[in-house]
Amino acid sequence: MSLTRDDVKKVARLSRLRMDDQQLDELAPKLNGILGFIEQLSEVDTDNVEPLSNVARSTLPLRDDVINDGECRDAVLANAPESEEGFFAVPKVVE
Amino acid sequence: MTDLTNLTIASALNGLKNKEFSATELTNAHITAMENARDLNAFIVETPEIALKQAEVADVRYANGTALPLDGVPIGMKDLFCTKDTQTTAASHILEGFVPQYESTVSGKLWDAGCTMLGKLNLDEFAMGSANTTSHFGNVINPWKDQTNPNIDLVPGGSSGGSSAAVAARLCLGATGTDTGGSIRQPAAFTGTCGIKPTYGRCSRWGIVAFASSLDQAGAFARTVEDCALMLNTMCGHDAKDSTSSKQEVPDFTKALEGDLKGKKIGIPKEYRVDGMPEEIEKMWQQGMDWLKDQGAEIVDVSLPHTKYALPTYYIIAPAECSSNLARYDGIRYGQRVEGEDLTDLYELTRAQGFGEEVQRRIMIGTYVLSAGYYDAYYIKAQKVRRLITQDFENAFEQVDALLTPTAPSSAFAIGENDDDPIKMYLNDVFTVPTSLAGLPGMSVPAGLDSKGLPLGLQVIGKAWDEETVLNVARNIERAANFTAKPQILGVSKAA
Repeated sequence: MSLTRDDVKKVARLSRLRMDDQQLDELAPKLNGILGFIEQLSEVDTDNVEPLSNVARSTLPLRDDVINDGECRDAVLANAPESEEGFFAVPKVVE
Repeated sequence: MTDLTNLTIASALNGLKNKEFSATELTNAHITAMENARDLNAFIVETPEIALKQAEVADVRYANGTALPLDGVPIGMKDLFCTKDTQTTAASHILEGFVPQYESTVSGKLWDAGCTMLGKLNLDEFAMGSANTTSHFGNVINPWKDQTNPNIDLVPGGSSGGSSAAVAARLCLGATGTDTGGSIRQPAAFTGTCGIKPTYGRCSRWGIVAFASSLDQAGAFARTVEDCALMLNTMCGHDAKDSTSSKQEVPDFTKALEGDLKGKKIGIPKEYRVDGMPEEIEKMWQQGMDWLKDQGAEIVDVSLPHTKYALPTYYIIAPAECSSNLARYDGIRYGQRVEGEDLTDLYELTRAQGFGEEVQRRIMIGTYVLSAGYYDAYYIKAQKVRRLITQDFENAFEQVDALLTPTAPSSAFAIGENDDDPIKMYLNDVFTVPTSLAGLPGMSVPAGLDSKGLPLGLQVIGKAWDEETVLNVARNIERAANFTAKPQILGVSKAA
């Protein structure tokens, strides 16, 4: 299984990474190298094996359903590239 | 005149207690060392004014007998830990200028214990790398030189390369690191320092810039095993702000150091004898076994049959989590923004210009293995193999108390040497990645020098929550190895 340039372009789009043709051409063989490497896993017999997603060795705890944070709007906005009247500012998204 | 930068944390604490020098003198000596060694590029930001302010308060506490556990100890903070009011970048252009409004739990605990912050340490961008060659702020240079070729610059390992270089060159007494697949242990091995990654869940991840959340774990660098134990005592502990942080009781790790290894069984995993491993590393490993035998341990051959699948498993799971975690860098809420014609344009341009090549590569791999049609074949498959790898360790630990392996398959290499081939770079972590996938504690301790005069490390791997045995075995190696060699570049400062 090997990625074509169009596949790479699609993945770049999904990743929200702008790439020009030259970058796509350079990236395709590198990604295929990595995919070839991880392809090895297909030889492992994993029938009846449960996927492991968490090695924390504990169940996720529940906390009391109470407000324990907030009133920090200015701190939240402090690093925003652009903010207006207490909100993050973005380019127009609705015509 | 004593060189204050050559002390251990333990001896510095003694000296401070006995009023042989002040915290301000100790911190000043390290500030001078840090400035002398700027060529190493270990720090992204130096914060001498913060360190001196903290030292001043520490001195007051020493004067009135209320000193804290690590009072006045100058350390470096990996620039992956958010520090309130001090720029935190993860060595990425996309976070350049980001000034956290809050403190990470682990860094906060260290300041609360009296440590002084010399600055923020360089790393691979978003902790993705094994050589500290992917930082937006430039490569970190290893203070050690190849004796057969002293003119070339070597890598300090990665991703915590600033941490390892700074501790080795005596720019700080200790440093924080984070380890996702070996990012503490491999740089420790490359620089002749001690580095420990505790069990997943020991240290809170809150306020640490996330790379792969099911693997990321904070840990410590220092020049002795005891110093690592001292730092862990402060860094570990439950934090309600991290849902994977454990409520497991934190012991006094320094109590685990003494004592030989009578009755202990140490496993040697046969799968770690990889093709092409330098003979010197093989010999060092054998030497390690002999040292442990001399201390009363029984050496037992064990098998971790899925070891060869650990790297491919890691290079599915880590990029998958990375692509999700890094989705937050959108140019809207924080970090750099590149304006575009519309919102999508803004996202794509911001991320393309903000992330470096290796980070983009991993986001792409992660996006691909998580995308519709490939999710089961790659991501679920990798999670299944991850369980098999974890079970291998569980089986081995039914027979033994700890495992001994080399930390890395080579000593430090030249900057640029493995840059052209990502797979070759990934192979550096062949001995450290399995431990990370299983969430187990691992430590690298310097064992000796190779024929180039470069340090080699041995890795001790323990059961979950059994850092104490790891530290005890590492302390026995340290005592036997008596590693006193110093790197060629030192930040030396003869104050006091």
